[in-house]
Amino acid sequence: MSATSDTRPDSWRKPAFIANPVLRYALYLGALVYIVFTLATLPIDWDRVSDGLSRAQRIFSGAFPPSFDRAGLLFDGFMESLKIAIIATVGGIILSVPLAFMAAGNIAPKPIYLLGRAIIIIARSFHPVIVAIIFVKAVGFGPFAGALTLVVYSVGFVAKLLAERIEEIDFGQVEAMRSAGAGFLTTQVYAVLPQVMPRLVGLGIYQLDSNLRASAVVGIVGAGGIGATLANAFGRYDYDFALAITMVIVGVILVSEAVSGVIRKRIT
Amino acid sequence: MLKITNLTKRYGTGDPVLKELNLTVEGEQLTSVIGSSGAGKSTLLRCINRLVEPTSGSVVLNGTEFTNLSRRELRTARRRIGMVFQSFNLIDRLTVMENVQAGRLGYISTWAALTRRYPKDDIRRAFELMERVGIAHYADKRADELSGGERQRVGVVRALMQRPEILLADEPTASLDPKTSEQIMSLLRDLANELNLPVIINIHNVTEAKEFSDRIVGMRYGRIIFDDKPAALTRAEMDQIYAGVPAQDRAEAGAAA
Repeated sequence: MSATSDTRPDSWRKPAFIANPVLRYALYLGALVYIVFTLATLPIDWDRVSDGLSRAQRIFSGAFPPSFDRAGLLFDGFMESLKIAIIATVGGIILSVPLAFMAAGNIAPKPIYLLGRAIIIIARSFHPVIVAIIFVKAVGFGPFAGALTLVVYSVGFVAKLLAERIEEIDFGQVEAMRSAGAGFLTTQVYAVLPQVMPRLVGLGIYQLDSNLRASAVVGIVGAGGIGATLANAFGRYDYDFALAITMVIVGVILVSEAVSGVIRKRIT
Repeated sequence: MLKITNLTKRYGTGDPVLKELNLTVEGEQLTSVIGSSGAGKSTLLRCINRLVEPTSGSVVLNGTEFTNLSRRELRTARRRIGMVFQSFNLIDRLTVMENVQAGRLGYISTWAALTRRYPKDDIRRAFELMERVGIAHYADKRADELSGGERQRVGVVRALMQRPEILLADEPTASLDPKTSEQIMSLLRDLANELNLPVIINIHNVTEAKEFSDRIVGMRYGRIIFDDKPAALTRAEMDQIYAGVPAQDRAEAGAAA
């Protein structure tokens, strides 16, 4: 008995992430050399950094104390952002649901699936700011461009994640509907939709929150909302007003994130 | 009468799962299909209502050839075959009534289905059947609030709502505890008698198969190797049906062919 226990190893180490030691250390060394090299060759102009520091100080000293004198403008900007976010979320979800069914490999026939995936990839491939620039050119400055931008943004996100959820469903329920002779649309609404509903609601709430945040960004390139107000304040060197706007944005995002978190936790 | 002739199912290019299988089921008898996992029991049931597309052969239910129906015809024809599943396949987030009415989805319009405006006759029949199996008081409950046995009762009622000409049950008791399992089996037997409904059950539990069925069909690697009354199922026959490991069996089949 004791003889066998002697032959058993009493030390164990987790197998290395990369088994071949030569390759492993070569990779570590390579990464290190790369980091040192890039740091050494970064084009940082220290004079400009020090200039920038004093400019930043001027901006910040101009920003304090934040000015809420034009609270009316701030409020209007926010209401516009909120409206953009709500319209974009509702519109985005209405478009996302059919698109997600199209882009779910287990439901849609191959050509429809590829079309659905292609639309989603296109909607996702550009950052909202770029989409906003295009829409501002197309339909002019203002909230309409913002809403259209965020519809595209929402479709890219919601449709993709919903499609992935549809691909994960328990297919037995679909089989059960088919074996009862249910039609295509009825099968989707009875067997698929209830399974993905919690995810859809969760995505919708998250997207509302996310659209509110994004509406501040796309506003800067002229797509309306609080972002436009902020861009104007900066343009006129009203740093104190700009700080007030920024603070309110942070506050609102915090609140909306907390609310959406609570709701999403409750529905699942 | 269900008549299956020369039914073959091959997935991909491998060995067929069903090999030139013949089976006829008539009257209101309860037929149990036994056999080890991978024998093709599930595939057989699913080939009948074409949830799985047969490779060749014929399936005729009361004069209708199922294998060459168009999609639209198949949809209407499927209403005539009720199916009960091992994992119940209820829609968890919908009410028991909606689940039961799902059995009528092949009959009612899409609009009626989406708006849940079920015909009066269907609602009356639903309550009648739910009372029969003892779940009528759950009509408004969500399906996932029920216990396993209750859920399978919903599954059975859903299948019966189709007013089927035959009922297929794919291991209806495999996810249930022994006592509940027996209750469901005797329910299926009684319903078969009451409704003059032929029932085909895939089952792993041979004791239950012997106790509840009028006829036992033993399958092994895509073929029927036993087909008789339960009493005729001897120890030796059982060994025949369940013996052997798949690889060995396939090798033998290959050598014979």
